[in-house]
Amino acid sequence: MPVATYLDAIRQALWEEMERDERVFLLGEDIGVYGGAFKVTAGMLERFGESRVIDTPISESAIVGAAIGASLVGLRPVAEMQFADFIACAFDQITNFAAKCRYRWGAGVPIVIRGPSGGGVHGGPFHSQNPEMYFVHTPGLKVVQPATARDAKGLLKAAIRDEDPVIFFEHKYLYRLPRVKEELPDEDYIVPIGKAAVRRDGKDLSLITYGAMLYHCLDAAESLEREGVSAEVIDLRTLLPLDREAIVATAKKTGKVLVVHEDTRTGGIAGEVAAIVNEDAFEFLDGPVLRVTAPDTPVPYAPSLEEFFLPNAEKVLAMARRLAAY
Amino acid sequence: MKNGRGAAVASRGAERGTGLDARSLLELHYFMLLGRLLEERLVGLHRQGKLVGGLYRSLGQEATAVGPAYALRPGDLYGPLIRDLGGVLARGYAPREIFAQYLAREAGPTRGRDGVLHLGDIEGRGVVPAVCMLGDLVSVLAGAGMAFGMTGRRSVCLTHVGDGGTSTGAFHEGLNFAAVRKLPVVIVIENNGYAYSTPVSKQTRQPDFSRRGPAYGVPGVKVDGNDVLAVHAAAREAIERARAGGGPTVIEALTFRMDGHAQHDDAFYVPPELLEAWKERDPIALYEARLLADGVVSAEEIRTITAGIEALLDEDQKWAEDAPLPSPESGLSDVICR
Repeated sequence: MPVATYLDAIRQALWEEMERDERVFLLGEDIGVYGGAFKVTAGMLERFGESRVIDTPISESAIVGAAIGASLVGLRPVAEMQFADFIACAFDQITNFAAKCRYRWGAGVPIVIRGPSGGGVHGGPFHSQNPEMYFVHTPGLKVVQPATARDAKGLLKAAIRDEDPVIFFEHKYLYRLPRVKEELPDEDYIVPIGKAAVRRDGKDLSLITYGAMLYHCLDAAESLEREGVSAEVIDLRTLLPLDREAIVATAKKTGKVLVVHEDTRTGGIAGEVAAIVNEDAFEFLDGPVLRVTAPDTPVPYAPSLEEFFLPNAEKVLAMARRLAAY
Repeated sequence: MKNGRGAAVASRGAERGTGLDARSLLELHYFMLLGRLLEERLVGLHRQGKLVGGLYRSLGQEATAVGPAYALRPGDLYGPLIRDLGGVLARGYAPREIFAQYLAREAGPTRGRDGVLHLGDIEGRGVVPAVCMLGDLVSVLAGAGMAFGMTGRRSVCLTHVGDGGTSTGAFHEGLNFAAVRKLPVVIVIENNGYAYSTPVSKQTRQPDFSRRGPAYGVPGVKVDGNDVLAVHAAAREAIERARAGGGPTVIEALTFRMDGHAQHDDAFYVPPELLEAWKERDPIALYEARLLADGVVSAEEIRTITAGIEALLDEDQKWAEDAPLPSPESGLSDVICR
């Protein structure tokens, strides 16, 4: 069985869903002839034709608006944001139109808006952001960010089959990262939206994370193991709806929670995770809920600045040691 | 016949040059009048403190609201603004639904979750509701039109935008998107002189809104927005061009807002002489005079039609006022809420 990168997995999901369901189509900037800025949609124009792989003007608001309209009359659009940073240009259509249709007038808006987010590739302030929390704060949306190739494929298929708008963030650092390559099942499968995954069993403390930070957490957990600390690693996978049960279960199990995200600190998902732990697992805690995040700054460009900005295994390890000492 | 209206006068000859039979001519009148009289009821409810939120009237704009919607066919999609009550009625909404919407009743089209003319029904009456963010509907309707093309459905989308709404980025992105893909979309710009308190002169350096069309490579048409036959004819031509694969059209309907932005606004900023001048051009009075002059209808018949509307409104208003508000907990459904 051939191994697939995270990017291969996304392309496979798109391809197979296009083959499976003729209502599925793609629209976005440079996705057709060029095959997408990261080549996620390479070859799809040739296979599915111009009416289902649509090169659009540079109009994120219109891309999402058109996706909404097409979904209202029965199609299943998958809109690409060339970089997730540009989703800001479509913010109104996503939060005011797409998110509220079902609630206001009972209309489902089965659209997927997907694109590469995250840093670590020296993209600077406008090609590195993690915009997920704008949308996590919008009732009516679902927000997903896979960390593995298997999840990338299964979650994207689930998103395309979902009856409501799903924002699907792909961490661009993972697209071709060798350690993320894995064999994917031959059969059709989905990974359900809203379910976290336990990536490593442990009993002394919990590292709760998502996206590219998963690998830093796993590396930190290896180091902790050598120091006699057994760390459990939880991959949230979906940020909205958050898997409250999984968060509470690991908090009760280990009594110590460290949340790690690449997104900036204030208003990041760590605060929400901490609130859930407080509400539902307070009496099980043996220490404070701590967090390792990016600082509250834009994503800087210089390698020295970006490296300082991004969380990594060392930073996670240092904070985990502090937590383990309680 | 929609909305329970009774007799039509199908036997009489068509209005010269319009291509419309007497029944259609009277329906255009009916929906304008129904919209106006329904709004007068809503004003009464507003003064009694019974309306939950604001009331944004279409007074003076009834022809612009009704003409385009009436030119659509079943299966077409309509994206009205808040001043397009007559168009919504022409698409088949009943007055009781409008009352229930403004009164935020559980039995209303949005079950008390949204107000004003934010009501929609894709499968039945082909209406997509606006959001308050102006211009958003343009790309949404463009996308629906794109889907029609992809699925071989020969349906057309029509939406309205105000003179103020044309200043938004969403309007320009949507129009450009529709134009470049030659989508079956008609955009009716309701130029009613004011966006809340802001006159057109402060909105744009180019007050000829019909030129927004050619700016994007599609036809632009200017029409008297208070002449329902002119608005209808322009819309019908654009709709059928779109249906035949000719792409979008921008129609500027020149009309005037004869009331404040909403009922709380006395429109002190509108020069009185401007209002006086437009009062002479009331779209319903103008149209009734024409129908009478051409013998399509008699004064007696207009009185009968009006009485029929008032009776319908009595019944529907009572039904809506008697209907309950939604239960508080019902607001937690249809969304992931934990």
